[in-house]
Amino acid sequence: MSVTAFLTDSTLCIGCKACEVACKEWNGVSEDGFDWSGLSYDNTGAVGASTWRHVKFVETTPEPGLGGNAPELNTWAFSSDVCKHCEEAGCLEACPTGSIVRTEFGGVFVQPDICNGCGYCVVSCPFGVIDKNRSDGRAFKCTFCYDRQKVGLQPACAKACPTESIKFGEVDALCQKADERVRELRRRGMEDAVFYNPVDSSVGGTHAMFIVRGDPRAYNLPPLPEVPTIYLRKGWRSSAIAAALLLGGSILAFLADSDRGRQ
Amino acid sequence: MSDPKIHAVPSARVPDSASEQRLFEIRREAERRGEVKAIGIRPAGAPFPKASPETGYYGIPLLKEPAWTEEIPLYFFVGGAAGAAAVIGAIANYTGADRKLVRDARWIAAAGSVISPALLIADLGRPERFLAMMRVFKPQSAMSVGVWTLVGFSAGSSAAAFAGLMRERYGPSLPLRILENAGEAASLAFGLPFSNYTGVLIGATSIPVWNQNVGDLPIHFAASGVSAAVGMLELMGHRKSRALQALGLGAAIFECWEGLRIEGRQQHYLDPLKHGPSGWLTRAGGVLSGPVPLLLRAAASLRKENRAGGLRRWAAMSAIAGSLVTRIAWIQAGHASARDWRQPLEIPEEPR
Repeated sequence: MSVTAFLTDSTLCIGCKACEVACKEWNGVSEDGFDWSGLSYDNTGAVGASTWRHVKFVETTPEPGLGGNAPELNTWAFSSDVCKHCEEAGCLEACPTGSIVRTEFGGVFVQPDICNGCGYCVVSCPFGVIDKNRSDGRAFKCTFCYDRQKVGLQPACAKACPTESIKFGEVDALCQKADERVRELRRRGMEDAVFYNPVDSSVGGTHAMFIVRGDPRAYNLPPLPEVPTIYLRKGWRSSAIAAALLLGGSILAFLADSDRGRQ
Repeated sequence: MSDPKIHAVPSARVPDSASEQRLFEIRREAERRGEVKAIGIRPAGAPFPKASPETGYYGIPLLKEPAWTEEIPLYFFVGGAAGAAAVIGAIANYTGADRKLVRDARWIAAAGSVISPALLIADLGRPERFLAMMRVFKPQSAMSVGVWTLVGFSAGSSAAAFAGLMRERYGPSLPLRILENAGEAASLAFGLPFSNYTGVLIGATSIPVWNQNVGDLPIHFAASGVSAAVGMLELMGHRKSRALQALGLGAAIFECWEGLRIEGRQQHYLDPLKHGPSGWLTRAGGVLSGPVPLLLRAAASLRKENRAGGLRRWAAMSAIAGSLVTRIAWIQAGHASARDWRQPLEIPEEPR
């Protein structure tokens, strides 16, 4: 049983949204409605309860000819976003029912028959991925196609991707592949190509990695995602101080009250 | 016949190098800026949004807003007051305070121990599955710890209240005394964390305004719970208890300090507590919890005991309202913080 990952290479993405369609069809996820965002050609905006793959349309400052395009074509990038399947997953740690588990493939999976829709995972995800489906009541996100991986198949999005922008494979091999790809892109003049995998943050790396051009923040990828469990120590220490103050304060207040028992 | 102002078809013009150069300039400007600032057409919506290290992904928030319903701040309020009331009741009992105070505090705790789970279950997306909460105990999940604390608290405080009621009605007996004492001890032990754990619950999340205040939230919420519990007991008639007055004063002083801490610092992550609707809610809750009861209680302390009751009644009502508004404000601040796309991308705020 190998530990698997996605590597999404935005330099190969053509924005066809085949991954979104494949994901929705395989997993039976409902449509998102037809609302114009007014911001770009991306009218979906972000991953959510009914969008487990989401193609970002990153329209940056136009620079004709950049990145191997014909000189008269402006630069823009696409990047297929997905649950990051964090090594230290905020949603998994926060889940009070044990519905969210780590699978044998290294992914983070929400067991739909256990989730009771408490919503604590929603505020615990540092990437804003998991969300509560208001009509269903439970929380949903990318399953890493656990059912397909179980029978030895690659996830639906990776299979449907026509340019192999979404690569699926063993995590260490993909990391190596990513390094090679970034080196190659830089050799070909795309000096701004970077590999996004927050291994140095408290998230400790992800099972969905990205190759993007320029600052990852333009792709809504946070520079330093944090798993919220890092705040627990400080929080419980403060809770203990609060309890001590309440206990000590009550004892003092009642002992100092010379009228006690008289009223 | 033709109106000289209307030129539906412009007169024919011979292109030259200057005209072509101008068209090229317009194109360059459009490419560079996303709009053209010369005479002519300014496209609706220009300048067009861009994705960049300064604007993020069109300013679409990275984080999701809390999916909780309005039951949750109400639960924070009820649970905080009930937990503090259980502690006050148990200590009052152990130090030999008057019986009515002990009994009333117990009833607040018992009522809270019934209302709290009802509010929590009502908030669930699948209320029929609330028992799934008790499948596991996860120390790394503040909500799991909180659920088990609530279970212990509910069992303890309802047992103590029930046994106390039975004793009053049917006379003392050994089983009732054991149940009452064990229930009271449990409601004290669980009431201490129950009164403040909700601060850890929202503090250990990805929402910046919550996690950046994680060191203060539990104490702040405990003070809020104490002032609400004291207020409820005072409204139930205990307006002569000096112990309650002292606890109410202590909580009000802490709430004043908390308000000064929020207002006095300039950190970006505190903005939802100072600006917009959530900022005004925070201020309203702070004033009702801090300065107002503090002044009323100070004035009550200076008056003769039999004339101070009216002031303490007002202080009690202000503190209870302040506690409720404070909880709602913190949840609303969490929503505003989640909508702030700059914070998680570490993009500095534009100067105000």
